[in-house]
Amino acid sequence: MYDIKALYEAESVEHAVRLLTEHPEAQIIAGGSDVLVQMREGKRAGKELVSIYMIDEMRGVSYEEDETIRIGSLTSFSHITKDPIIQKHIRVLGEAVDMVGGPQIRNIGTIGGNTCNGVTSADSASTLFAWDAQVELTGPEGVRRLPIQEFYIKAGVVDLRPGELQTAILIPKKCYEGYAGHYIKYAMREAMDIATTGCSVNVKLSEDKKMVEDVRIAYGVAGPVPMRASLAEETLRGKPVSPAAVKEFAETVLEDIRPRDSWRASKAFRQHIAVVLAERACKESIRRAGGEINA
Amino acid sequence: MRKQYKLVSCTINGKQVEKMVDVRASLTDMLRDDYRLTSVKKGCEVGECGACNVLINGECFNSCIYLAVWAQGKEILTLEGLSGPNGELSDIQQAFIDEAAVQCGFCSPGFIMSAAEILEAGREFSDDEIRKLMSGHLCRCTGYENIFRAVKKTMLRRLGKEKEAEEV
Amino acid sequence: MYVGKKVTRVDAYDKVIGRTRYTDDLCDKSAYIVKILRSAIAHGKVVSMDTSEAEKIPGVVRVFTCFDVKEKHYFPTAGHPWSTDPSHQDVADRLVLTEEVRFYGDDIAAVVAEDEVSAAQALRAIQVEYEEYPFVLDVQEAMKEGAPQIHKDYPHNILKHTTIRKGNYEEAIKEPGLRKVEGWYETPTVQHCHIENFICYAEMEGDRITVVSSTQIPHIVRRVVGQALGVEWGRIRVIKPYIGGGFGNKQDVLYEPLCAWLCMQLGGHLVKIDIPREDTFASTRVRHAIRSHIISWVRPDGTYAARKLEAYSDQGAYASHGHSIVAKGAGAFPQLYPCENVEVDAYTVFTNKSVAGAMRGYGIPQAMWAVECHTEDVAAALGMDPVAFRRQNLMPVGYTDPFSKNELYYDTFNQCLDQAMEAIDYKRKFREYQNQTGEIRRGIGLAMFWYNTAVWPISLETSSCRMVLNQDGSLQVQLGETEIGQGADTAYTQMTADVLGVPLEYVHVVSCQDTDVTPFGTGAYASRQTYTAGFAIRQTALLLKERILKYAQELTRMPPYNLDIVDGKIVRITDGRILMTLGELAAEALYSLNHSQHLSAESTSQIKSNAYSFGCTIAEVEVDIPMCKVKLLDIVNAHDAGKLINPALAEAQVHGGMSMGIGFGLSERLLFDEKSGRALNPNLLDYKLSTFMDHPRLKAVFVENPEPTSAFGTKALGEPPACSVAPAIRNAVCQATGVAVNEAPVNPHTLFRRFTEEGLL
Repeated sequence: MYDIKALYEAESVEHAVRLLTEHPEAQIIAGGSDVLVQMREGKRAGKELVSIYMIDEMRGVSYEEDETIRIGSLTSFSHITKDPIIQKHIRVLGEAVDMVGGPQIRNIGTIGGNTCNGVTSADSASTLFAWDAQVELTGPEGVRRLPIQEFYIKAGVVDLRPGELQTAILIPKKCYEGYAGHYIKYAMREAMDIATTGCSVNVKLSEDKKMVEDVRIAYGVAGPVPMRASLAEETLRGKPVSPAAVKEFAETVLEDIRPRDSWRASKAFRQHIAVVLAERACKESIRRAGGEINA
Repeated sequence: MRKQYKLVSCTINGKQVEKMVDVRASLTDMLRDDYRLTSVKKGCEVGECGACNVLINGECFNSCIYLAVWAQGKEILTLEGLSGPNGELSDIQQAFIDEAAVQCGFCSPGFIMSAAEILEAGREFSDDEIRKLMSGHLCRCTGYENIFRAVKKTMLRRLGKEKEAEEV
Repeated sequence: MYVGKKVTRVDAYDKVIGRTRYTDDLCDKSAYIVKILRSAIAHGKVVSMDTSEAEKIPGVVRVFTCFDVKEKHYFPTAGHPWSTDPSHQDVADRLVLTEEVRFYGDDIAAVVAEDEVSAAQALRAIQVEYEEYPFVLDVQEAMKEGAPQIHKDYPHNILKHTTIRKGNYEEAIKEPGLRKVEGWYETPTVQHCHIENFICYAEMEGDRITVVSSTQIPHIVRRVVGQALGVEWGRIRVIKPYIGGGFGNKQDVLYEPLCAWLCMQLGGHLVKIDIPREDTFASTRVRHAIRSHIISWVRPDGTYAARKLEAYSDQGAYASHGHSIVAKGAGAFPQLYPCENVEVDAYTVFTNKSVAGAMRGYGIPQAMWAVECHTEDVAAALGMDPVAFRRQNLMPVGYTDPFSKNELYYDTFNQCLDQAMEAIDYKRKFREYQNQTGEIRRGIGLAMFWYNTAVWPISLETSSCRMVLNQDGSLQVQLGETEIGQGADTAYTQMTADVLGVPLEYVHVVSCQDTDVTPFGTGAYASRQTYTAGFAIRQTALLLKERILKYAQELTRMPPYNLDIVDGKIVRITDGRILMTLGELAAEALYSLNHSQHLSAESTSQIKSNAYSFGCTIAEVEVDIPMCKVKLLDIVNAHDAGKLINPALAEAQVHGGMSMGIGFGLSERLLFDEKSGRALNPNLLDYKLSTFMDHPRLKAVFVENPEPTSAFGTKALGEPPACSVAPAIRNAVCQATGVAVNEAPVNPHTLFRRFTEEGLL
């Protein structure tokens, strides 16, 4: 039994916005795998909740008119992994969310919840950062979209205004077409774990597969929120595919990231792992994009 | 403070049921307390152990972190619903017995329900895939070895691969 | 015959259909819910508590604080048999609620409420004022002059210090040409993680209190609840239903005394304490972290001249099982690899941390970590093959322990080694993995273990059994020895059927212990039950058989010595003729107008013998050096547990123990905050118990040398599988990388530090 003060169940996005406006103190519950756990811990005990879990219109993956990929915020991790659009264009996202917790968690956990809780370790977030995803927010003033990097304000805080909820995650065509990527979750065990560090890399190679036209890399748990390593990206962008270039790229991430010491892992350890992951994820991305590179 | 209740209608183990439920209840609370389906176990109450796992519309969920009111209109299957009306065991239950995959038995209901979902897929999974699909459950008695054997053998038998099943 | 066969578990059907009832499934919903307020400091005193806001919360029945405990009945908690000799009694240092706080998470108040939400709200509403003292978390820091004093009667926080002296160490090390090998070896605090948390409930009937508890030791719980309440022990009735694992944590009396006390305060109302997972980690029991220092003086031919062990065992805040754990490990040291000159010093030391108690292996996993890491290091220092070095020094056949009189009757160690090596293709792999380079390397390693069944002669060993014949020839069997998941009831069923001569289905072992009804027995611990209960079962079944055959004489005129019971039938031995079925006899005996008799038997066996139970582990790993990760590729355990009663269940036991050993070696560690003493990761997400994906296939092989002292040729198997796994993994990592890791677990944090130190990164 949870210490819920009152529960309001939204039947549609519009209804959810109305309920959130009417109950400004209420918190949103999607799948609940974070909210309910925190409620039991006492952190959110005694709060009012607006449940959006039953809003089926917020589920599923589709194309918009301009071939932007639209992922409904309530789409569960397991459904993202199984989705043919994701498998075709952003396989790495399906793979990344397939590393969240265990099967039951992947059935209840939603990509919207994973990003709205604002935590740095979210397995979906680094890949969304690395693919320049946008979030769609619906509120009393209507719909707005913003780049996911701007959505994250600080640890545990995202740009959700009063009455607003996240309704979709969007990946424009230019952000996915021609790219291939790889995500490595570094954790202490193979399942039921949160990332010590997560690294998502993707590349776009030249037609002859010899040159890195574009590279994007993002981390979870390398700072208070998920982050891109832009200086590292610059070192590799436009360079010929080579182990040395990838190594330089990987070592440069240390100039970008800001991991900290905690009981979960030391800063030195996270820095070391971040470099190893960058190199391995980059090489695998190159291979997936059709390039050749030695291990 | 006035308590808030909601009528929740759903199908549990093949039977259409409805009850007024405290909105604060988890699905574990509802199944255990209102329907006395005590195969649904509490091991952590935060979705980390898998002991409360049940199938909702054919997919596995930790019922401890699932609000009871969300069960509205859903089809729920617990271990009690897996055996036949006269106590006939399903193949996976029999395999858990035959492979000595049960020890203290506390995690078994959750494991068996995940296995039931996997087996419903009707396809052959690799060993690594089986491990991954079963990885949402913790067990301290078995080291997972005999559970693995039970699931893999049942999968192979359903696919008519009796000989391969013997070699697991 | 059923003993030795893969008989299906007697409780398997109920367990796979979800019908088995555990404590929470049995508790009536009218129960008051108890939540315990835990201290938020590691050391100090509760000065005052304001419960007024908590008491106003609707649904809250009462709030009891440590100040409400007026009669202070200090009680011990260890699941040891009681001793009527006060010098052998366990330390009584607990109260149901305490003003003196000795660790972060101590029990300082209890909220009783109608529902869990009100109880949780009330917990948060209680204001506590403390007087804080300095605290100490490290075992050797706690021994230093000026360290915070945790219990007043224990200077330097030393609960106990024992020694073993053999030969003359100081003289022996003067021998010329010796090589000195020295190391410090450390094991972490780990937790049992039974999937069912600790839970119990209590209610009164007349002036008696019934406690239903998820325990391994119902008869011991009865005694301790009586001690804790200061009431006659006979007024306490303890019932143990099916339990969701114990592994030693439930071989301690945990919250049954508080539950019974609250029940009494509330006029006998039904109250339930369901300990949440976080509190199971931090506030029930943990495994003792032990730091060991070993010095070996070795001759160039690979024989030991002198050896020395100092072991420091971290007891945490209260005595619980106390010194017995490190003492068991220390006792193994001079025996596994005997040496003429040995010095052992074992210390058990209080710290301001979670209380350490019994856990599968009882000090041996820690001792084998130290001893088998060290043995590997000694072999490496001498340039000797690790297998050959061990074979040369292991306890020889015929070795007899002067204290326990335990004897190594067979060439068990070599047989186990041979079987394990064969099962995992050791020789080939060991050869292939020598001198690797590159980022990803493989290795194979082994470790032996020493284990001792049961507790005689340190403590009492006794088992009582009752058998009651039904009208149809079937029978109930009752024992104080408990089913906790290991399959005890099935083993007892097999034993009974064989001795009595009846089909398996005739035997019904009553799984639930009820101290009002069940004969006395001390419960599940020390891997004792198959060994000890075996004596009581054999004796009682023979007694019952004698009575049955005597009654058969009345019905058949045949002398009992010409009769036997075969497959549930009374058979005349002389010609093999079946005279009647056991059911016909039993019905006649009960309903006879001539001579009605309820055929039953009950007897006690005190066991004054004991048995070694030995074996080994071999593990194969792949180490990804840049990632600081170890992947376990293959693993095998070999055991000589005597004759196996049920090979399928024996194998399953070994798997479970191996799994616990894998976690101990690779990932598990309960961490404590240096600044506050709080447990940092007391949940199943942050505490890294192995998952399905972290294991390879697990192999178990057996050497079945019949144990001559045993009623069924069997001996310990419950705990041994967890004893040698961790050092085998460590030694495999050592072969792969050349890096010796002396601190368990061998997790990425430790490897990052060690690989950095050794220049691999």
